Amino acid sequence: MTTTTARLTASFDDAPLTLVRRRWPLGLALLLLVAFVALPLLGDDYWLNAILIPFLVLSLAGLGLNLLTGYTGQTSVGAAGFMAVGAFATYGLLLRVPGIPLPLALVGGGLIAAFLGMLFGIPSARIKGFYLMVTTLAAQFFIEWVFAKFPWFYNYASSGTISAPRLELFGYSLASPVGRYLLTLSCVVLLTWVAVNLVRSQTGRNWMAIRDMDTAAAVIGIPVDRYKRLAFAVSSFYLGIAGALWAFAYLGTASAGSFDINRSFQILFIIIIGGMGSIAGNFVGAAFISLMPIFLNHAGQWLFGGNVDAGQLQNLQKILFGTLIIVFLIKEPEGLVRLVGNLRDRLRTWPLRF
Amino acid sequence: MNFFLETLIGGLLAGTMYSLVAIGFVLIYKASGVFNFAQGAMLLFSALTFVSLHEQGVPFALALLLTLLVMIIGALLIERLVLRPLVNRSQITLFMATLGLSFIIEGLAQGLMGAQVRALDLGIEDIPLFVGEVMISQFDLIAAAVAAVLVALLALLFNRTRIGIALRAVADDTRAALSIGINLNRIWQIVWAVAGMVGLVAGLLWGARQGVQFSLSLVVLKALPVLIIGGFTSIGGAIVGGLIVGAAENLAEAYIGPLIGGGITPWFAYFLALVFLYIRPAGLFGDRAIERV
Repeated sequence: MTTTTARLTASFDDAPLTLVRRRWPLGLALLLLVAFVALPLLGDDYWLNAILIPFLVLSLAGLGLNLLTGYTGQTSVGAAGFMAVGAFATYGLLLRVPGIPLPLALVGGGLIAAFLGMLFGIPSARIKGFYLMVTTLAAQFFIEWVFAKFPWFYNYASSGTISAPRLELFGYSLASPVGRYLLTLSCVVLLTWVAVNLVRSQTGRNWMAIRDMDTAAAVIGIPVDRYKRLAFAVSSFYLGIAGALWAFAYLGTASAGSFDINRSFQILFIIIIGGMGSIAGNFVGAAFISLMPIFLNHAGQWLFGGNVDAGQLQNLQKILFGTLIIVFLIKEPEGLVRLVGNLRDRLRTWPLRF
Repeated sequence: MNFFLETLIGGLLAGTMYSLVAIGFVLIYKASGVFNFAQGAMLLFSALTFVSLHEQGVPFALALLLTLLVMIIGALLIERLVLRPLVNRSQITLFMATLGLSFIIEGLAQGLMGAQVRALDLGIEDIPLFVGEVMISQFDLIAAAVAAVLVALLALLFNRTRIGIALRAVADDTRAALSIGINLNRIWQIVWAVAGMVGLVAGLLWGARQGVQFSLSLVVLKALPVLIIGGFTSIGGAIVGGLIVGAAENLAEAYIGPLIGGGITPWFAYFLALVFLYIRPAGLFGDRAIERV
């Protein structure tokens, strides 16, 4: 009896260790080194402005939505709405609170978005699936309307837009492309690290239990409603910060229209194509979504020698995206990240398979 | 009082248009459990096809027939390439597939037939009609009549034909329907084709009202609250839900709108749907779903 108990305790003592024990791969360190040092040195303004910054921000937004949809199983089509909240709230804080440092304003914007997200997440206690989608659609349209309608939010600007306020940290200006890139990168790295640990922790495992079967989760004692609301709040926090970065680090000038329903769909596509319930998937998906149009553009120029209609290219892009989404749902529901993983496994055992 | 009546009737008539869109959803949802986000794109595609044919000098009836043919071929393709490989997958997966589908259809429609706004003249003159002192749009009245005829035809199809009975069997219990030899794939093809036809009618009426253009595909988003209010599985519910949403939207814009800045139509329907969700989660006429573990 005692030995059994002892063995049990021993194995339970081991369990958390195996969860925490991770390889700290050289690859990650190298990747961070390249991202923080090499890219700002080597990349020109076009690369930083038009490719890297939007890629990073979209990854962050995908991460936020993935926490809610991929990990907790609550479908949302209002992601852009919460991005708008983050952007406008950060703007408001920087404008109206004298001397507030940029990181604090970002966090404040995120927290306000989180609060709103939780508010719109309350119905998730009673409804799910398509019905919940209506709540998130309501959030999307309502938020868009509020930010377009009430001039207080955009400081009575006649254009109805908000533009990048003082982007500075400890007296250093971050207004240059490199500065904005580093700001975005720092936010993304920090929040990704938090997210990795969050989904590994009790919270994350509760979320996944709810996603897989909420009744079972309730039976084993997880407070389902509370964790759903928490998922809405955390997801909106991420989306809020992504929204603020989208507005100030990427666009420079934003309005309520920058966060319309199409942006929400774009972020939903990132997580479908990249991989639901995967952290790395957001980056793969965002890279795909932001590089695809550029690639198509160049391919079009190259194939048709410059006389290709931009509208037609956009239509082609739409058809391609739609097809890809369906193909992924049919062939690989776990997304690009799974394909990459399969490829890696294949290479590792090459040329002989098990 | 007159103003109230005018707003109410205008809203109700606009609501019939919402109903038309929602009916297409209900048909597909009942038969295959798919929330078809591509319904709006189908609407756009059919209206664009019709207008393009009509502009080429094809007579009205022939253009209508050809468009119907296109929609049927489309339904066959969708069933074959999208639905069949995804059979037995979760509803959200299927919904996302139709989201992809809507992108494909929109891209095709605009790629093949152009993105500019096309005028569509159905030969209905929009002369306002006066009943007492209340002004009613004649066009809306005719649109409502068309909707009524369509619903009657659908009711006939569902209740009086062999196909209709098979459709109802599939909607009622898919497994039982399969076991007595109903060909599920064929049923899906038929349902998507019928939904395409409903989309065509809705597309023509909406198109005649506001021009055939990309924004047509966005009416799909208005159908969601209509379905929540009416229930996902009831055609009657779709009609009543559409009327409620249309009327409430118009009244709210007229009476609540001025108080809080106006332009509230984009989101009012959703809040109405939320209120309904709290009171009657299954909708007014929907099946009360039983949650199985």
